[in-house]
Amino acid sequence: MRLSRVLRTSAVVAVAGLTLAACGGGGESGSKNLVARAKEDKKITIGIKFDQPGLGLQTQAGKPEGFDVDVAKYIAKELGVEESGITWKEAQSAERENLIEKGDVDFIVATYSITDKRKEKVAFAGPYFVAGQGLLVRADNTDITGNTALNGKKLCSVKGSTPAQKIKDEYSKDAQLQEYGKYSDCITALENGSIDAVTTDDVILAGFAAKSPGKFKLVGEPFSKENYGVGLKKDDAESRTAIANAITKMQQDGSWKKSLEANVGPSGYKIPEPSPVTEK
Amino acid sequence: MFDFLGDYDILGAFWTTIQLAVLSAVGSLIWGTILAGMRVSPVPIMRGFGTAYVNVVRNTPLTVIIFFCSIGLSSTLAFNLAPENSPTFIIDNGFRLAVLGFVAYTSTFVCESLRSGINTVPVGQAEAARALGLSFSQVLRIIVLPQAFRSVIAPLASVLIALIKNTTVASVIGVAEASLLMAEMIENESDAIILVFSVFALGFVLLTLPVGLLLGWVAKKVAVKR
Repeated sequence: MRLSRVLRTSAVVAVAGLTLAACGGGGESGSKNLVARAKEDKKITIGIKFDQPGLGLQTQAGKPEGFDVDVAKYIAKELGVEESGITWKEAQSAERENLIEKGDVDFIVATYSITDKRKEKVAFAGPYFVAGQGLLVRADNTDITGNTALNGKKLCSVKGSTPAQKIKDEYSKDAQLQEYGKYSDCITALENGSIDAVTTDDVILAGFAAKSPGKFKLVGEPFSKENYGVGLKKDDAESRTAIANAITKMQQDGSWKKSLEANVGPSGYKIPEPSPVTEK
Repeated sequence: MFDFLGDYDILGAFWTTIQLAVLSAVGSLIWGTILAGMRVSPVPIMRGFGTAYVNVVRNTPLTVIIFFCSIGLSSTLAFNLAPENSPTFIIDNGFRLAVLGFVAYTSTFVCESLRSGINTVPVGQAEAARALGLSFSQVLRIIVLPQAFRSVIAPLASVLIALIKNTTVASVIGVAEASLLMAEMIENESDAIILVFSVFALGFVLLTLPVGLLLGWVAKKVAVKR
């Protein structure tokens, strides 16, 4: 009797799991592609980060700001949508593919690295920026000069993130890794001295450093390559080309560089040359 | 479809979850019993402390408690639970701080369950014990608590199940248990997120279901027949 009850319960669990999985697919919002809809409705929904200073940050006043936000606005303008027609939506890392597939957002500009795994679910236009894993230390720190000087150091990154995994895989012999839920927690720990460096994409670190000038500095050469792309629906080739063209135009007319200088420049971060758009 | 599961140490992550849960369960049983004893004791200052502690900690979100243990106690106040120069300082310290937080939190629920169990023991028994000349702690230890425990096995099982699931909160301070591995897998396997969720949901069901069934059976076995 007991055993059969256990079996029955696990069967219910399995069915529930399958139902959930079945819900994952489907859900088309309109048959028109993004370019046509933007032209017609003059409205667009864009996914950004709400918690990354310098890139995508929702301010107290409710207006988002940052480099990602500037890129998003520029693309929207190229698609014929004014700033007033943009609805901003928070796109947390784990749910980005889902937001795009379900059609909750039209596209996402949120430090979204182009990877092959992700390409199976969404399409990318870009890269609009190439970042690399970097190290942020307190301004008075002199003994961490780059990723070759991490012996016995304590690093911090966001739990489960790619940079955190890289430290665990490649530097675990030299360095210890503290994982927290948010980058701002790492910054707090860095500030009060319990860890020696925060590590993730250098442009994200530059955003935090630019927020509190003089307190932190970026050190060393970037030791990985992250291509940030604009994520959108997989089969919308026309819109992908339109977005890729908008990115190229933004890089060429100087507003790309201007936005970076305004948002992450105060950290002393060296603004790189624009990289060519390859996903289009 | 399932190949990538082999790339991850899922069993290892759940083993950390089990270690967290077992150590926290033992700790909260001990500290919760002491708290319950304080709350029914004849000494006003102990009663006051017990009541204040339970009401403050029970009503604080667990995430806040765990996060405070790491950022507040360890990082800011330099209260560490591992030797600072050890090469595994962050891992050990994080794990122990998490256990500390879980014990602090879960013991309030153990205390309240136990107190309701104490109320099921007829007053006459405690009075009779007093009349025989037993001290307060003897009455509690020999007469009241053994009966109280037997009547609260089932509610304590609920507390234990809640604790097992609550261990996922430890990932906010970087303890490498199941939900931290889940975060890693979601980051890497973005094409199979539903599968990842299902694997971890199933893992927790496999941990909690037997606990509920076993303790439900024990509760029936040892219940005080009155």
